[in-house]
Amino acid sequence: MRSIFGLALAATICGPMASAQQVPVTSYMLENGMEVVVIEDHRAPIVTHMVWYRVGAADEPVGKSGIAHFLEHLMFKGTATVPDGQFSPIVEANGGDDNAFTSQDYTAYYQQVAVDRLPLMMEMEADRMRGLILDDADMLTELDVVLEERALRTDSDPGALFGEQRDAAQFLNHPYGTPVIGWPDEVNALTLQDALDFYGVFYAPNNAILVVAGDVQPEDVLALAEQHYGPLKPSEGISKRMRPQEPPQRAARRLVYNDPRVASPYVIRSYLAPNRQAGDQTQAAALSLLADVLGGGGITSLLGQRLQIEEDIALASGAFYSGLSYDPDTFGMYVVPKPGISLEAAEARMDATLEYFLKTGVDPARLARSKASILASEIYAMDSQSGLARRYGAALTSGLTVADVAAWPDILQAVTEADILAAAQDVLDIRRSVTGYLMGEKETGQ
Amino acid sequence: MIRIFAFAFVMLAALPVRAATDIQVVTSPGGVTAWLVQEPSIPMVAFQFSFRGGASQDAPAKLGATNLMVGLLEEGAGDVSATAFAERADELGARFRFNTGRDSVSITASMLTSNLAESVALLRLALVEPAFDDVAFERVRGQVNSGLRSDETDPRSIAGKAVQAMTFPDHAYGRPTDGTLETVAALTPDDMRIAHRAALGRNNVKIGVVGDITPEALGLLLDELLSEMPDDIVDIVPDVTPVLDAGITAIDFDTPQSVVIFSQPGLKRDDPDYLAAFVLNHIFGGRSSTARLNEEVREKRGLTYGISSFLLPYQHAALYMGQFNSGNDTVAEAVGIVQAEWAKVAETGVTAEELDVAKRYLTGAYPLRFDGNAEIAGILAGLQVVQLPISYIVERNDLVNAVTLEEINRVAARLYQPEHLRFVVVGQPEGLVAE
Repeated sequence: MRSIFGLALAATICGPMASAQQVPVTSYMLENGMEVVVIEDHRAPIVTHMVWYRVGAADEPVGKSGIAHFLEHLMFKGTATVPDGQFSPIVEANGGDDNAFTSQDYTAYYQQVAVDRLPLMMEMEADRMRGLILDDADMLTELDVVLEERALRTDSDPGALFGEQRDAAQFLNHPYGTPVIGWPDEVNALTLQDALDFYGVFYAPNNAILVVAGDVQPEDVLALAEQHYGPLKPSEGISKRMRPQEPPQRAARRLVYNDPRVASPYVIRSYLAPNRQAGDQTQAAALSLLADVLGGGGITSLLGQRLQIEEDIALASGAFYSGLSYDPDTFGMYVVPKPGISLEAAEARMDATLEYFLKTGVDPARLARSKASILASEIYAMDSQSGLARRYGAALTSGLTVADVAAWPDILQAVTEADILAAAQDVLDIRRSVTGYLMGEKETGQ
Repeated sequence: MIRIFAFAFVMLAALPVRAATDIQVVTSPGGVTAWLVQEPSIPMVAFQFSFRGGASQDAPAKLGATNLMVGLLEEGAGDVSATAFAERADELGARFRFNTGRDSVSITASMLTSNLAESVALLRLALVEPAFDDVAFERVRGQVNSGLRSDETDPRSIAGKAVQAMTFPDHAYGRPTDGTLETVAALTPDDMRIAHRAALGRNNVKIGVVGDITPEALGLLLDELLSEMPDDIVDIVPDVTPVLDAGITAIDFDTPQSVVIFSQPGLKRDDPDYLAAFVLNHIFGGRSSTARLNEEVREKRGLTYGISSFLLPYQHAALYMGQFNSGNDTVAEAVGIVQAEWAKVAETGVTAEELDVAKRYLTGAYPLRFDGNAEIAGILAGLQVVQLPISYIVERNDLVNAVTLEEINRVAARLYQPEHLRFVVVGQPEGLVAE
C-alpha cells in the first residue's frame, strides 16, 4: 500500500471549490485515472457513496441493446470475495441501502450508510469493479427479471411505449433512438459473454467517477479512495466516447400511436437541441430558461397561461429540456387538451403560442420569476445529500467538469431575454422536429 | 471473503439520530403545538402539516369533495387570482404541496428564510381564504376527471379500488378517495366550502418543522397560519373490521403483465404487537434483498421485477397488503409461491438468524431516514399522528433490538392468516383458478 503523502502528491488536487450555493465540493484524480468528487454535508453522520461509469446504453454494440442495463443487474451477483449475491445483504447487514441505475450516458451504483461504513462500501465496490464472476444460472434468472422490468415500465404504460417510438423517430442514427432497457428481442438474445465483454472493457477506474457526499473530510476520502480504488488497473479499451451522430434533420417527422389504454390523449413535440458543453453552457442555459418561461411553472408559464387559463382548451401543458447529456438531445413541449378538443386543434394553439412568443419575446416579469424560482431551487437542493451526489455524477458522465457544475447557477442567472429569444429561434425549427399524437381507440379520432 | 464477512458482522455501534436530542415542542401564544428541529445550516424552513380526517370524511354522495377542495386551495384565495398566487409563489421561491389521503389532508411547504413572513402570508391565504371560484373549480374538476378516466384503464388502480371495495363494503374505506366520474360531476363550489370547513382546523392538525427558525418566531407564524381556523373538527368515520376471505379474484384486462395485490387484515398502529409485526414483515416481504418473497419470487425464479408486502394501519382499520407484477404466463406460479410462503411463515415463523439480520438492518438504517429537513419535518408530524412520544426516536432502536424470537413467532402465528388472504389479479392470467 502506498503512503498517503505519496498519493497526495500524485493526485491532481483542484478544490475545494465553493459553488454558488456554497456546498463545499472537492475533486481529485487518482493515478489510475479515477476521478473523485467529495461533497461535504455535516448535518448527520451519514454518507452517500456512488461509483459512476462513463458508459450507458448509448455506448452499446449494435444489436446488443439492453446490455448496459442488464450488466447493472448482474453486478449484484458476486465476486470471488463476495459471492452468491451477497453484495446487498452485506450492505443491509451494515444498516445501509443500496441500488443502481442506468441511463443512455451512465451506469451508477450507490450505497447510503453510516459514515463509519464507508471503507467497507469502497472495499466492496472496488472489488466488483474488476472482479465480477457470473454463471449461466444467474444470467438466465436475471434475464427474466429484466424482461419483467421492461413489461412493467414500458409495455404496461402506453406513454412509455409512445416515448420509445418518438425517440426512435427522433434519432435516425444516434443510439439515443434505442431504449435504455433494450428492444425486447435483443434483450432476449443477450448472453453471458455479451455481459462479460461489455464489463471487461468499460468497468475500470479510468472510466469511473467516485462521488462521496456526506459527513466526511475530503482528505480522508482521498486516502480511502487511494487505498481501495488506487490499486485497480486501468482498462486499455477506454477511448473517447464516439457515438454515431445525428445527420442534419431536414424534414419534420410525425407519428400517431393508438392504444386503448390511453384515457387522456396528448400532443407532444421535440426538437433536436444542443446540450451543456464543458466550458460553454450559455446556450444550454438559455434553453433551460426558455423551457421554464414557455412551459415550466404550470399556469404561470406562457403555454399554461394561454392554453389553460385564457383559451381554456387544455388540462395541462408544459415544456421540457434537460441539457444534461453526453451528446445533443431534445427540447420539447406538450399539450393535454380538454375532452372535446382535438389534438389537431391543441397543436394549432400550441403553434400559435410559439408564434406569439417568437414575435413578442420574453416577458421580463416572467423571466425574473423563473430566475427567482431557480435560485430557491438551489437552496432546496442543498437539503438532499443524494440529490447533490447525483447532480455531480450525472454532469461528469455527461462530459462536464466540477467547475461547470459550480458555474451553472450563475450562468442561468446571467441569461438575458435576447439570449432566450435567440436560442428559441435557433432550436424551434419545425424541420428539426418530431410531433407525436398519443390517442385511445382509433375511431375516437376527433 | 473472510475479511469482509468479519467486518460485516461487527455489531453496529449505536448511531446518533440527528434529530433525536434536538426536538423542541413549541406552543404558540395562541395555543397551537408543533415539533421543531432547528437547523441553521441551510437558509430554509420545511413544514409538514397533517390534518386528520381526509377523504374518508366525504359523504357517499359527495365522494371526491375533499380531494377536489384540496386541489383548489392554491387556485385563488382572498383577492388573489390563481395565476397571481402561482406567480407570487415563484417570486418568493416558496413550494407548497397539497395532498389528500384516506385519513388526512397533508400540506408540505418549503420556504426561504429570507422571505419567510411573506411566504407564510401566502400559505395562510390558501388555507384560510380559498376562493373556490367557478372558473378555477371547473378547471381543476376537469383535471380530476382526467385522472379518474386514466384510472379506469390503469390495471394498478383497478386492482387497488377492487381490493378496497371488497374489503370495506358499506364503509368510507371501501370508496375511492378521489370520487367517481358521477360523484365529481355532481359537486359544486358550495360543496367545496363545506368540505373546507370540515377538513382544516386548529384542533386536528399535527405539525413538524425543521429549519432556520427560532421557537419564538415559529410560534408567531403558526398563529398567523392557524388562528382563524375552526377548533371543532371531528373525525366522523367509525371503526371497521376488514372482510376478506382466502382466494383469488381475477379482473380481465388486456395487458401483457398481470398486476397483483394481495391483502388480509393487519394490525393497527397502537397494537402492542405492531413493532414485532413490522420487523416480521421486513423479514418476510420488506425492501430487503433477502426478504423471503423477494428471494423466492424474484431471485430464485425471475417471476417479477419487484414484490413487497407492507402493514397498512389506517385510523379505523388495519390491513396487511402486498403487490407485484408478473407476466400473464408466470403469474399463477408466483401467486402459488406467495400462498405457500404465507402458510409456511404462519406455521413455523422465522429463524433466529433472520431476526438478527433484520435487527442489524433496521437499526442501522433508521438514521438514514433523517436525510434532510423536509424528510425530518415529515417524520415529526407522522410521529404525532400515530401518537408516539417525543422520546420515540431515541428509544426506537432499543425497542427493535428488544424483539425476541419467541415474541416474533407468536406474532407470526397471529398476523399471517392464510384463510383470509385474498389476491386480486388484473390482467389475462393463464392457469389461474379464480375463486
